[in-house]
Amino acid sequence: MDTQTQAARYSAKDYKSAIKPIWCPGCGDFSVLSALTKALAELQLPPGRVAVVSGIGCSSRIPAYTSMYGFHGVHGRALPTAIGLKVARPDLTVLVTGGDGDGLSIGGNHFLHACRRNVDVTYIIMDNQVYGMTKGQASPTTAPDWEGSKLTPEGTGVNPFQPLAIGLAAGANFVARCFTGDPNNVAEIIVEAIRHPGFSLVQVLSPCITFRPEQKDWKRLVRTAPVEFTTDAARAARRLMTDDGFNVGKVLYKGSREPFRPDLGGSGATVADLERQFLR
Amino acid sequence: MTAQTVSIALAGSGGAGVITAGAMLLEAASRAGWYAYMTRSSGPQIRGGEAAAMMRLSTEPVASHDDCFHLLVAIDWNNVGRFAAELPLSAGSLVVSDPEEGEAPSQIGASGARSVALPMKELAKSIPGGRPNMVALGAIAALIGLPEAPLLEVLQKVLKRKGEEAIQASLDALRAGMAAAKDYPAVPRLPAAETRPGTRWSITGNEAAGLGAIRGGVRFVAAYPITPATDMLEWMAPALAKVGGTLVQAEDELASINQIIGASYGGVPSLTATSGPGLSLMTESIGLAIASETPIVVMNVMRGGPSTGIPTKSEQSDLNIALYGMHGDAPHLVLAPNSVTDCLFTTQWAVHLAEALQTVAIVLSDQAMGQARAVIPRPAEVAFLAKREKPQLAAEQNYQRYAVTASGVSPMAIPGMHGLQYTADGLEHNETGTPSSHVADHTAQLDKRLRKLTAYNYGDHWADVEGEGETAIITWGSSTGPAREALRRYEAGGKRARLVSIRLLSPVQPEKFARALEGVIRALVVEQSHSGQFYRYLRAHYDLPRDVKALHRPGPLPVRPGDVLGELASWS
Ligand SMILES: Cc1ncc(C[n+]2csc(CCOP(=O)(O)OP(=O)(O)O)c2C)c(N)n1
Ligand code: SF4
Repeated sequence: MDTQTQAARYSAKDYKSAIKPIWCPGCGDFSVLSALTKALAELQLPPGRVAVVSGIGCSSRIPAYTSMYGFHGVHGRALPTAIGLKVARPDLTVLVTGGDGDGLSIGGNHFLHACRRNVDVTYIIMDNQVYGMTKGQASPTTAPDWEGSKLTPEGTGVNPFQPLAIGLAAGANFVARCFTGDPNNVAEIIVEAIRHPGFSLVQVLSPCITFRPEQKDWKRLVRTAPVEFTTDAARAARRLMTDDGFNVGKVLYKGSREPFRPDLGGSGATVADLERQFLR
Repeated sequence: MTAQTVSIALAGSGGAGVITAGAMLLEAASRAGWYAYMTRSSGPQIRGGEAAAMMRLSTEPVASHDDCFHLLVAIDWNNVGRFAAELPLSAGSLVVSDPEEGEAPSQIGASGARSVALPMKELAKSIPGGRPNMVALGAIAALIGLPEAPLLEVLQKVLKRKGEEAIQASLDALRAGMAAAKDYPAVPRLPAAETRPGTRWSITGNEAAGLGAIRGGVRFVAAYPITPATDMLEWMAPALAKVGGTLVQAEDELASINQIIGASYGGVPSLTATSGPGLSLMTESIGLAIASETPIVVMNVMRGGPSTGIPTKSEQSDLNIALYGMHGDAPHLVLAPNSVTDCLFTTQWAVHLAEALQTVAIVLSDQAMGQARAVIPRPAEVAFLAKREKPQLAAEQNYQRYAVTASGVSPMAIPGMHGLQYTADGLEHNETGTPSSHVADHTAQLDKRLRKLTAYNYGDHWADVEGEGETAIITWGSSTGPAREALRRYEAGGKRARLVSIRLLSPVQPEKFARALEGVIRALVVEQSHSGQFYRYLRAHYDLPRDVKALHRPGPLPVRPGDVLGELASWS
């Protein structure tokens, strides 16, 4: 390992790139970016050993705004990309970032199976209950009566998902919710998520001030969750069933499932050994 | 020396053990010093159901079925009529069936083949623990001249765990079959061959492809099960674990392709294997790997399409999607092995090329080749290994992942290399990797992604070019076996022709092609697709002689050497 980088102290700005985000002024995603860099400074992880993987959306632009290894893939496929990377390179810290559309709609199947597979990655889902990048359509977390999109002028009429409840049911090993209005808290939660082994799911309420300007009110609606985390999945599930989505700031659940980590050590066999079975 | 060959089909309903007996026959033949090529066919049932083992044994290596079977042994006739089209017989063929089973299906009878009755069930019943498939195997051995010793060796190996009694029972059944067949009308007998243990391999195309991938350096595989690619994956899973890699069964093909992109981004040569429906799902992300210049290999074992099509049967009809399936201008490699043996070389070469050129290599194998088992001369070592160009750590000040270079290949940093961090992107980008929609960046990156493929020297491996003369057979993939045999027969008749079997389908090699066809005035195109996908591809990219014929027809029936020879003969 590089001793020089080990010795150095990283500050949050060491994890930022020089690229200026394309986001609208006031977008919640700015806070997530800064919380992420703070979290990494807290952990003192060398930027060269961290990879940030994303799909497509405003929120998915994060990798290039950091100074770490980044992979900006296609819409909805960040999780499998990150899982492939982490399984092949267990030595890296792998983070996945993206929106509610990317992760829960087009990437919904991967979301379920990522929770279930429990690879040691941290998934930060920036939930703004809308597709920001494509200019304001309903997402799987949008209320059924939201009439702000020309695509569904009468509202979708379809009930929204509860991402944390689904994640928990599917096997996520760490579940938390936080709000961009308190970036220090977001940073703290990301630190815990990265430290916790297995698949860590962090839902960040991240307002889209352009297509959901009413989300400015979130800062008045959110409240610090009244209880500390549990290690009992059933209890966490009960809490989520009665939850209005605005309990933030705390880890809800920490599980102890063994992460999926195939042994890459081999048995000492060579390719020539493999060939022997064909010999006649 | 001209090859002497004999073709045998062994058919029966589920539980009759025809596939087991077929595998034992192949194994014994290889021990007797012969070469072999075996495919199997089965009905639509998931388990059991009628099946046929179709085999060709030869004194020289064989890579294709013959025009007809010399010998058909049917343990019973239940539904075997369904395979009739796959079991061509001639008046010289011999049909051996059990009298208890009654008349042969009309399609079989119509061939005019000679027939004899072998009471397989009755004979088996007279031997405690005897089975009709062993009686059948004995009869086949006696007819084709396969000695008892190698059969006994195979019995001992296969039945080791069942004990001496089981071995003896099978041996008795074998001998009963041999004795009964002594006076049957003759089929071709193969001469005894020299046995040189350790000089042959018995391998399927899918296993050969899996081995080629691992030889090339693949250490991560993610895939979703699909016929007929699954057995390649089943072979690879334990093999990878042994050599320090892993195989992940993903939730779908979208996950498979993106997992291997992630793993390869992490520096580990990666592959997925699928068939048409899975390839269709993967196309968006294949474009991502091309744009982000992340090397991956996609093995597509073709089956009958479109849609779910004919999952268990072969067709060469995914050429179009492999070549043109991606949106945007997305140059990539498309390669096709042309025999069971070549599955090894071509897959290994594909890994090497994908890694060297930081792009996608789609390898088109097919059910016929992938699931065929062949006894082949031990393949040569291949020097092609995965070797990705990486940046020099210290030398890089402002590392540009997508630097525009003369070769078009830009050194690729791997996570963990400090100071060379970059973001790989499927969005068009500038040399640094920052998203850009400027025409200059788009053009420069499009140019380099194309240039790295077109400027590369693929050497002689782009095609197998054989023979000479003014007539050429142009083919690809598993159609090469029968085309090559047709060429041999044509030459044996005193005529001359050449064979061009294209292994590197993309990027196209017009100059090499022109050289291969110098002096050719007429060409026969041979492929297994309904619409003539390969013929149209040739028309679009290559200069063909004025006189061109295309033999293109859909699966599942294989192209047979006689079909190709017939087309050639009708020209002269
Ligand atoms: C296959 C595919 N379909 C559609 C799109 C268009 N698209 C881009 S981003 C996006 C939605 C993004 O929403 P979300 O993930 O919630 O992220 P946000 O922009 O709100 O941060 C869509 C539909 C695409 N890029 N690819
Ligand atoms: S559209 Fe919404 S989510 Fe996208 S950058 Fe603007 S505020 Fe943020």
